[in-house]
Amino acid sequence: MATPQFASFYPDFYIERLWDRCIKCKRCIKECTYEAHIWEAKKKTLLEDHVKCVGCHRCEAFCPTKAIIIKRHPAQFREHALWTPWFIKNIYKQADQGGVLLTSTGCMLPFKNYFDHLVLDACQVTNPPIDPLREPMELRTYIGSKPEALEIEEVDGRFRLKKKLPPLIKLEVPIMFAGMSYGAISLHVHQGLAKAARDLGTLYNTGEGGLHASLYEYGANTVVQCASGRFGLHVDYLKAGVAIEIKIGQGAKPGIGGHLPGEKVTEEISKTRMIPVGSDALSPAPHHDIYSIEDLRGLIFALKEATEYQKLVFVKISAVHNVAAIASGVVRAGADAVVIDGLKGGTGAAPTMFRDYIGIPIELAISAVDKRLRAEGIRHRTSIIASGGIRCSADVVKAIALGADAVSIGTAALIAVGCTMCQRCYTGKCPWGIATNNPELLKRLPPEVAYEKIYNLVKGWAHEIKEMLGAMGINSIESLKGNRDKLRAVGLTKEEMEILEVKHAGE
Amino acid sequence: MWNLTTLGREVSGCGISGIIHRKGEPISGQMIIKSICCQYERGNGLGAGFAAYGIYPDFKDYYALHVMAQSKEALEKVEDFLQRRTFLTFQEPIPTRKVKTIHNPPLFKRYFVKPRVEGEESCGLFAEEEQMVQIVMEINEKIEGAYVISSGKNMGAFKGVGFPDEIAEFFRVDEYRAYIWTAHNRFPTNTPGWWGGAHPFTLLDWSIVHNGEISSYGTNRRYLELFGYKCTLLTDTEVVAYALDLLIRKLGLPLELACKAMAPPFWMEIDEMEEEERELYSALRILYGGAVLNGPFAILFAYNGGLVGLNDRVKLRPLVAASKGDLYFMGSEEAAIRSICPDPERVWAPKAGEPVIIEMEEGAIPNQKSYLKVRPKEVREDALRIRSIPLSLFTS
Repeated sequence: MATPQFASFYPDFYIERLWDRCIKCKRCIKECTYEAHIWEAKKKTLLEDHVKCVGCHRCEAFCPTKAIIIKRHPAQFREHALWTPWFIKNIYKQADQGGVLLTSTGCMLPFKNYFDHLVLDACQVTNPPIDPLREPMELRTYIGSKPEALEIEEVDGRFRLKKKLPPLIKLEVPIMFAGMSYGAISLHVHQGLAKAARDLGTLYNTGEGGLHASLYEYGANTVVQCASGRFGLHVDYLKAGVAIEIKIGQGAKPGIGGHLPGEKVTEEISKTRMIPVGSDALSPAPHHDIYSIEDLRGLIFALKEATEYQKLVFVKISAVHNVAAIASGVVRAGADAVVIDGLKGGTGAAPTMFRDYIGIPIELAISAVDKRLRAEGIRHRTSIIASGGIRCSADVVKAIALGADAVSIGTAALIAVGCTMCQRCYTGKCPWGIATNNPELLKRLPPEVAYEKIYNLVKGWAHEIKEMLGAMGINSIESLKGNRDKLRAVGLTKEEMEILEVKHAGE
Repeated sequence: MWNLTTLGREVSGCGISGIIHRKGEPISGQMIIKSICCQYERGNGLGAGFAAYGIYPDFKDYYALHVMAQSKEALEKVEDFLQRRTFLTFQEPIPTRKVKTIHNPPLFKRYFVKPRVEGEESCGLFAEEEQMVQIVMEINEKIEGAYVISSGKNMGAFKGVGFPDEIAEFFRVDEYRAYIWTAHNRFPTNTPGWWGGAHPFTLLDWSIVHNGEISSYGTNRRYLELFGYKCTLLTDTEVVAYALDLLIRKLGLPLELACKAMAPPFWMEIDEMEEEERELYSALRILYGGAVLNGPFAILFAYNGGLVGLNDRVKLRPLVAASKGDLYFMGSEEAAIRSICPDPERVWAPKAGEPVIIEMEEGAIPNQKSYLKVRPKEVREDALRIRSIPLSLFTS
């Protein structure tokens, strides 16, 4: 007798077919990459394998007669507050297969989301709100390390700079795209992100998968990543963008490296990553040339030397308990910007335990880092870029008021191109053509569509940010940076408010 | 009962007025009183004040500390502190009159001092002023119930809770003669009557009167704290004073550029500039973004040698300037100017973000300062350590 596979007994989702609508066109079979829809040739009818359904809603969206509804499976275990279906099913999975639980996206646990406990201010009477449709409203932000004071001279009665500023990166909108590798996401999404970044005047980030040949033309809007696997890393790559990001950690999986399964390593990816087709791309947990802060300094300046001090070097760390001290060390080691990725930051593949339980929320991390850098008198010399769970423009405003210079979005950009958060990116079968490089699936999301959606999203957010700034009576984003006066807490403890440096609503 | 402390940050609307004589001839206090009282409706009786320059010619080389205190004990603590930290040459109560609407006012006393500068090499003006700033900050922060309301040479501030005519009467402002005057009539909206919150706000010989609300207060405060300023008075105007001190006195920016750092041109204007100018203005905004004063304001600030008017960059509060001969006037309303100068030669409304800078003729007054030129900046060594770039193969 074969060993029973307990996990297969209890599906998560239920595919409901409305037979009065279904015309048996088999479109659902074509759309579903998980083979949850089956054609029963003998009976000439459609069947469902509910266990295989991941809840991506692709079939539902594309059914021409709207005959499909994807629901939570109605079958229930007996109630138990501790042993919820989530834990029961995870144990079945591991008992069946003996492996590590894998998942995707960011932390899904309902930890307190601090953004949702912060409200914003607006002007009434004593100062006028500003209308961004009638008055200029500025979102331009410069990223990089800055000297403390300008050197100015007077020549023929005119003032001018005696010494030019070091290279800095101009962002027309304080929203960048987070590092997502070619491999984890499709080439088309990369192309869309790159073009959107160019047209929006911001930056996208290659992630650690190298830079596809077709994307070199977007160099002025590119951050190239240097992660522990060093995939696709060569001097032309380093020089291709405007900044190099040393990825030490990722919010979704602090303390471990990445894993791109061999199945996802196609011909194109193998060329870009400089690894053989079909081989697993495993990046180690540490950078094996960085075992200490002085080693990080070594790498920062090795990269600066290699790029003749023309490129900025960012260092990305995940928000962990001691993030403030680490960020301070990173800045002192010579990084031009410190990128902090919080607990809620996403991923294409991570062990579930890491995704859900390791790291701290980004809101607390931003405030702690900002406070630490201020206490050390170096906050104005560097930039803080925050990511991990930014869902809307108000989150962006709050992150900046807590002390970030700019934010990065990853998950939000993917949702913009159709992601339904089914959390199965690691399978490489993304039916929406986002987290896959299967040549057939790729076609489902053309680069132009990806571009348009991403561009629209950020344009909409930028407009909303302008409206919120105007309501607060300020007409330039630099006056929001670290401005805790614009925030009030609702339902936070004294300790939380101390860390966030905000007052409670009503105070 | 009057208060020396406040619960929260001040928000207020106001009227302002200022006069300067470019040759340094003294102007009677009656003139500024008339001008500010013309703008009576711009206040609500909860604060008024005056700053006067050139009023202590006998002690012109000493820092005149105007101290406001809650009690004799607080004053004694101040005096103890001054004994330790300064050379005190003269002290006296600030002369006042009884005003029937002002009940139970604080005690006011003035001290003429020079700081005891520690160390051998630090004997220049900068070190001396730095020491004075420290002394003022320490008194304000550490001695409960005592505030230094002005601390410059040959100048002083007179301020309190009341309408401007009442405060003028109380401090006998009409008896002083000064070559620069500024005045303020206050309309606070949230914290009634606290004497320290009245304007002008001062630091060394900077004095500021301000109509507006600084919406960027939180950002400005954090930026200024990086440089050791402590915002204890919880007023918007305090950050304006410190920002000026930082940009002009410490970082050596010429006055015009300091004003541009605080009320910068829009990026779309900067983008249209010629390359050299564009680089300069971009750099100003990039480096000194924390000093940008955002929100509606019109301010007048004065120092030993000049009077400056500045509006926010979209001009959300009124400011008018006028001149007649060597006299220059600025005020919230043209009427305030015409009430004391019915026939000005020129009257104009300064554009948004365009500073009006009136400096006195060279040599007009003792200890004269001029901030029109670039000056050397103070270097903070500790903060520079973060970017000591190693020898490069590529840069020479």
